[in-house]
Amino acid sequence: MRNLKRQLLAGPYLIWMIGFILLPVAVILYYAFTTTSGSFTFLNVSSITFSVHLKALLLSLKLALICTIICLILSYPLAMILNGMKTKSQGFVVFIFILPMWMNFMLRILAWKMLLSNNGVINSLLGTLGLPKLDILNTPTAVVFCMVYDFLPFMILPIYNAMARIQADTIEAARDLGAGTITIFFKIILPLTMSGVVSGIIMVFVPALTSFAVSDLLGGGKVLLIGNVIEQAFMQEYNWNLGSGLSFVLMIFVIVSMALMNSRGDEGGTGVW
Amino acid sequence: MSKRLIDLQHITKSFDGQMVLDDLNLYIRENEFLTLLGPSGCGKTTTLRIIGGFETPDEGTVIFDGKDITKLAPNERQLNTVFQKYALFPHMSIAENIAFGLKIRKKSKAYIEDKIKYALKLVNLDGFEKRSINSLSGGQQQRIAIARAIVNEPKVLLLDEPLGALDLKLRQDMQYELIRLKNELGITFVYVTHDQEEALTMSDTIVVMNQGYIQQVGTPQDIYNEPINAFVADFIGESNIINGTMIEDRLVKILDVKFPCVDEGFGTNTPVDVVIRPEDVVLVSPEQGMLEGDVTSLIFKGVHWEIEVLANGYEWLVQTTQMHPVGSHVGILVDPFNIQIMNKPESNDEKAVESDA
Repeated sequence: MRNLKRQLLAGPYLIWMIGFILLPVAVILYYAFTTTSGSFTFLNVSSITFSVHLKALLLSLKLALICTIICLILSYPLAMILNGMKTKSQGFVVFIFILPMWMNFMLRILAWKMLLSNNGVINSLLGTLGLPKLDILNTPTAVVFCMVYDFLPFMILPIYNAMARIQADTIEAARDLGAGTITIFFKIILPLTMSGVVSGIIMVFVPALTSFAVSDLLGGGKVLLIGNVIEQAFMQEYNWNLGSGLSFVLMIFVIVSMALMNSRGDEGGTGVW
Repeated sequence: MSKRLIDLQHITKSFDGQMVLDDLNLYIRENEFLTLLGPSGCGKTTTLRIIGGFETPDEGTVIFDGKDITKLAPNERQLNTVFQKYALFPHMSIAENIAFGLKIRKKSKAYIEDKIKYALKLVNLDGFEKRSINSLSGGQQQRIAIARAIVNEPKVLLLDEPLGALDLKLRQDMQYELIRLKNELGITFVYVTHDQEEALTMSDTIVVMNQGYIQQVGTPQDIYNEPINAFVADFIGESNIINGTMIEDRLVKILDVKFPCVDEGFGTNTPVDVVIRPEDVVLVSPEQGMLEGDVTSLIFKGVHWEIEVLANGYEWLVQTTQMHPVGSHVGILVDPFNIQIMNKPESNDEKAVESDA
């Protein structure tokens, strides 16, 4: 009886899950495997092999990978520095990292478009200093740059979290047993923060892989990611079947990459998922 | 007497302007079980961390086996530490935890295997190699921490309140285990605790500390039977500490009654602190006693009764196997040998310093 009451508490979430996750996925699956007239087909899914789609998918994978690696390289040392600071200043720095996340996502991208544009703030500043203009707007570089800017906190926070959980005692014990700084890093700190690294990678790689707004606004139509292709299929061509088919392929990629990372996380022994 | 293995000379340490250790001098002999005992904040853990290399003294020298190691990092010292909260590596199995120090020293695989087996046997956990840390109880984790330290064959094992997180029964069992380990390994143990019973049970030498100063160094018997000042007397077990006046050699006036005692050399009519252990107070019939009083409280403690007797304005703490009901009129008798006379400290500051010289 009491159990039943508890389960009832999950009711609103269950309704949410059915209405906004399961149902849409079912709809996508239906459209993905049917033609406009409603008969079964593989064509929507297999159209990923069309060169324009394949190119977009590969570019998405490439940019997401670059973005993830840059975030990782920036975040790990930063998390270490952060962890070494006094508790009071730690809170303040974390607050500064989170601060941009309180601003609307689209607004931030638009801001970078203004900043990076030919006559934007950065270029006029460079001009007055007599330096060459930064001409990266409408290139993959700008897209990666903005994605890194957007997703960096999602990498820093889980790594910092994992690092903060390591007891000072544990490090001292390793030193006591004869470990030098390098050994401590590779044998203690890195393995114990692996769960954070894995969460960080998933939380950056997946949204980077599926993003379309950044490339839309900062790519100027020249950087076509798989997200943009799907968006166009739905919004411009009104071809829901093609859009769903491509979405299905992208979902497979997301699920596979998450599964891959999770199996790596398990080896670390302290997976969070 | 065996040789001095560790010598702490004029050690001074402060944190954020707060003096923790002030000109501390202490030596530790080879193969002894030495306990640093004191209330929290007395500087005992800091002393241990200075020996371990986790803190550097502001002034002073740490000599280990004839060499100055004051500036040496912990990983370059020939000693190992057992931490209060075990500090095991959570991502490693038990065998990997124990092997950690040996792998760093590049020992052969066979040697490491042997050592793990030996160490697990020593701490009564044979066959636990593959288990994960999280599957162990607190007591088992602490044994693994000890095993991890001793496989490296340190000359000294430092133990920082290793039993602090365990329950009473387990703590008592582990005390005997530690004594056995110490005897089997034949190495020096430096042990930090605030538990006087633990210190008395295990130690060869006890160092009583307070406010950054060493109060008294001695065997458990010395410390218990002949505390050097009121602090030590009070900290090591329960005591009646009473204001008295030394009339002359071998005669002290307590609560307006003259008691014969065995102490000499305090001068005449000198104010002193008198310490009498509760188990040394003998309750007799009123006419037989040196002073008379009334029982005000009676508590059963298992082995003995704990009785409070109000006599001549002082609440005497008495431990006896004889029951005396509350309200009964009794006499108090103390053997001259059981009366401990101590000079009064002149100020609070001196209270801490006086035995430092």
